Amino acid sequence: MNFLRKKLDEIKRPFIKGEKWAKFAPAINAFDTFLFVPNHTTQKGSHIRDGVDLKRTMVTVIIALLPALFYGIYNTGFQYLSQVGTDFTFMDAFIHGSFKIIPMIIVSYVVGLTIEFAFAIYRGHEVNEGYLVTGMLVPMIMPVDIPLWMVAVSVAFAVIIAKEAFGGTGMNILNPALTARAFAFFAYPTYMSGNKVWVSEASMVDGVSGETILGSLASGEQVSYSMLEMFSGSIPGSIAETSTLWILVGAFILIATGVGSWRIMTGGVLGASIMGLLFNLWGANPLMTFSWMNHLIVGGFAFGIVFMATDPVSAAQTQKGKWIYGILVGVFCIMIRVFNPAYPEGVMLAILLMNVFAPTIDHYVYNSNVIKRKKRWESAQIKTA
Amino acid sequence: MSKDIRLRKGADLNLVGRAEKKINEKSKSDLFAIQPDDFFALTPKLIVKEGEEISKGSPIFYDKKNPSINFVSPVSGIIRSVNRGAKRKIESIIIEDHGEREIVHDLSKDLNRENVVELLTNSGCWPFIRQRPYNIIADPKDVPKSILISCFTSAPLDVDFDFILKNNKNDFQSGINIIEKLTDSKVILTVANNSDSFFKNIKNVEIIQVSGPHPSANPSVQIQKISPINMGEKVWVIRPEDVVNIGLFFKTGVYQAQRTIALAGSSLKKPQYFKTKIGAQIKPLIKIAGLKSKSQIRCINGDVLSGSITTNDGFIGFYNNLLSIIPEGNKYRMFGWLPFVDNSILSLSRTSLSWLFSKKGFEIDTNLNGEERAIVVTGEMEKVFPMDIYPMQLLKVCMTGDIEKMEAFGIYEVVPEDFGLIDYANTSKIEAQEIISDAIELMIKEAG
Repeated sequence: MNFLRKKLDEIKRPFIKGEKWAKFAPAINAFDTFLFVPNHTTQKGSHIRDGVDLKRTMVTVIIALLPALFYGIYNTGFQYLSQVGTDFTFMDAFIHGSFKIIPMIIVSYVVGLTIEFAFAIYRGHEVNEGYLVTGMLVPMIMPVDIPLWMVAVSVAFAVIIAKEAFGGTGMNILNPALTARAFAFFAYPTYMSGNKVWVSEASMVDGVSGETILGSLASGEQVSYSMLEMFSGSIPGSIAETSTLWILVGAFILIATGVGSWRIMTGGVLGASIMGLLFNLWGANPLMTFSWMNHLIVGGFAFGIVFMATDPVSAAQTQKGKWIYGILVGVFCIMIRVFNPAYPEGVMLAILLMNVFAPTIDHYVYNSNVIKRKKRWESAQIKTA
Repeated sequence: MSKDIRLRKGADLNLVGRAEKKINEKSKSDLFAIQPDDFFALTPKLIVKEGEEISKGSPIFYDKKNPSINFVSPVSGIIRSVNRGAKRKIESIIIEDHGEREIVHDLSKDLNRENVVELLTNSGCWPFIRQRPYNIIADPKDVPKSILISCFTSAPLDVDFDFILKNNKNDFQSGINIIEKLTDSKVILTVANNSDSFFKNIKNVEIIQVSGPHPSANPSVQIQKISPINMGEKVWVIRPEDVVNIGLFFKTGVYQAQRTIALAGSSLKKPQYFKTKIGAQIKPLIKIAGLKSKSQIRCINGDVLSGSITTNDGFIGFYNNLLSIIPEGNKYRMFGWLPFVDNSILSLSRTSLSWLFSKKGFEIDTNLNGEERAIVVTGEMEKVFPMDIYPMQLLKVCMTGDIEKMEAFGIYEVVPEDFGLIDYANTSKIEAQEIISDAIELMIKEAG
């Protein structure tokens, strides 16, 4: 370890302030701090600091994403191989999925991190770890056969327009990963919907196809999957959103470590359930009669509410705000699903919409505190007068 | 006792190195210092010159804004040096201790409010009294809404006032009897719940019991629960040992700078209490307590969350009862950022298993455990901040320097020390105390 440390210090020498490469220090620091927690000590304020930092928080989210990702990789292979009709093992399916998905993850990270590094150097701040999670999320919510260049363009759009234009990590209004998906959804609709995109190779191999459950519902077809299949996730859909089971494992990790807000998650489930129930009672068309419980386990709702709505930067930031925000995400998600067949899945738009309104929700929560203080002052004035 | 305060939010950090309850009275300090930086936002006007002979209680400097407030020498001796920093700012005035000369004030006058104020300001006792908002020295022209004395501590390794003042019960009571004259309402004493401290038997005061984790002993937190400070209002706060010093002054007529210091922290062999005086040297105390190793240490005037940095050659601060000595953390940790790695580092976040070891106590160092980042995680500040204020929002408006919004979000009700735990706990390593301190300085400058 000492040897490595010395070597690193040697490599870093030209990047020290005042030296030749000082401008590029953020880039080299990003690699260095990945290997070692730096030796920085407190200079002002509290003399001791918690062991937690942004890297640890972000990596915890990535760990929480892994179960869903692994299942997504398997399910990609499973959907394809089971339709092709040959015998296959778990490993066959996993390998097929890996060949599809790992390149997407690499493209997402390379493109996104390159932009992040460039901005960090240009602006002269350290590279924030936020993209580690975004970069993982983007491929997980894409259809499996989306061309890699589209992933690259979507990522570039999301990082530059949705994040850096607003001031970088911590300042963005919209969730960057969802912005990437929304960009792809509107820019390349043929690659993002229909019955040829959800199963690997469906557009290339005849006889292989698959519509998402919500897609079938929206076009008035019957759903042939059991509730258990919907829950376990052996259904067509975006790469890692199909398995509610493994998403729940991720949710457990996020809640247990305190990294994800249980208030937003509970609020979301509550909002979606209530909305689903109301539509069930109304029951004016087949979409409305789709059971509220099934609404929770099909499509991207579970993934969205656990991993996307809980993004602390774009979500509401106050406790009360988180409840309101979560409930409304749930409500709007089901509403979009049921009322708007052009968008079979509502969770992406519901979260983006609530991202926009989160600061407004917070404003009213903060304002109640401000008004309380003002009233207290006014009554004190009256007393002394 | 209907007005008891119960707090839930906050955190008690269990650190090793608590001072043993034994007071060492033998320490000797040759030099004493008065450091104007101990007094927030004060501009000192020096009266003495280097080499001048002074008595115990001789004025050294006064407050430029409030010339009636004297700052006096804790001992008799000679001014050895006046140390200045950038822009000739006075950093410290060093006094060599020798002789027994002292200035005796005439106490025969009728002790009405006016005369008490005059005696306190002339004698050098006045700086013991600080006001909220801002945590600056109180203005003698004001009459405070109330006076609050927090008689317990909650910060890591902090002292037990009941223990260090148990022989000064009568002096404390006589101090209270004087202080009481400064306000129209009652003096409030806050004590820890379920303790049988002698403070509960003090008369002429209102006693309020407080329970809950740190920062429950911070006056700001207590004031907000009892009767929050509105714009324009002032509450005065005094530290318990300074009440004793005021009591002693009115017994003897001589300025008293008694200070019982706990020397605590994991770097020390024998953490213990010392009876000494304000401004005494730190070195002799550390020598007696002994260092565990020769590695670098951090000396902190105050607690590890909100104290100020000093050195081995430094002096005890004006308002401190605690000197924390902990190891410096200037070392690298490979892959230390992984969750559930390095669980020996105390963390309030559940991304570490450190809570499993919390009973044993933690040896904590000064490593930042990461680097400063943008604010991302929400809700963690609120967890350790038991006031009816949104801390993150207040910090944000303080960063923008918008005075109206700062007022609206409660800047009058907080002081930097209340953000000590936020400094500690926040993932992004934001310097919250510095932001608040800068904001308060701006408030003093702009709003007065």
